[in-house]
Amino acid sequence: MSVGAEPLVRVQAGPIDLAAEIAALESGGAAGALVTFTGTCRDEGGRLEALELEHYPGMAESEIARFAAEAARRWDLLAVAAVHRYGRVAPGETIVFVACASVHRGAAFEAAHFLMDYMKTRAPFWKREHLKDGTVGGWVESKDTDDHAVDRWRHVL
Amino acid sequence: MKLIYFAWVRERIGLAEEEVELPAGIETVSDLLHWLRGRGENYESALQAQDMIRVALDKEHSDHSDAVAGAKEIALFPPMTGG
Repeated sequence: MSVGAEPLVRVQAGPIDLAAEIAALESGGAAGALVTFTGTCRDEGGRLEALELEHYPGMAESEIARFAAEAARRWDLLAVAAVHRYGRVAPGETIVFVACASVHRGAAFEAAHFLMDYMKTRAPFWKREHLKDGTVGGWVESKDTDDHAVDRWRHVL
Repeated sequence: MKLIYFAWVRERIGLAEEEVELPAGIETVSDLLHWLRGRGENYESALQAQDMIRVALDKEHSDHSDAVAGAKEIALFPPMTGG
């Protein structure tokens, strides 16, 4: 593990400022690669008014921090950050932001992918749909493909 | 001990959290889920797909075979859909 800075982990109700998040990861010139992922709320073909994200306060932060630390243990990272929103999120807005910086790109790509896959299936958040017609839709169902995505990392490193 | 519910588990039970005294013989998460299902139709409706219910003991993911002794806060919720 060679993380230059502590993992930056946050769970917040307000919008995620991508430029500010990226600027906070400046490593003083050591990094040759910065990989960022932003997960965005879709409009589902114009049907969706907003997504509402429920979370488990305390556990949401501690689980994300656990995966961020695990990413830093598995790959040589200079910086790692993960920010997740809760509450109401409109189409086009960022729900989740993950960033990893490393000397060479391989570590940053893999670590960001790993961190995102774990956040999808292990961080305690639940989405429900609010529709344009004013009705509250159902809770979004979990996908087997997300579980399979996580399984893949069990065999890495 | 405190039980805390999220998403559709919370909605079907009709409570966000509650304090309970576990009867003797409830040793594992699985025992706890069985016992809760017997407390009323709302619990049965929330927990009938028992294998699907995720459980956290003091904010850490657990298996249904884990012991509940010593836990102060037990959370029950559906599979997670964040990100």
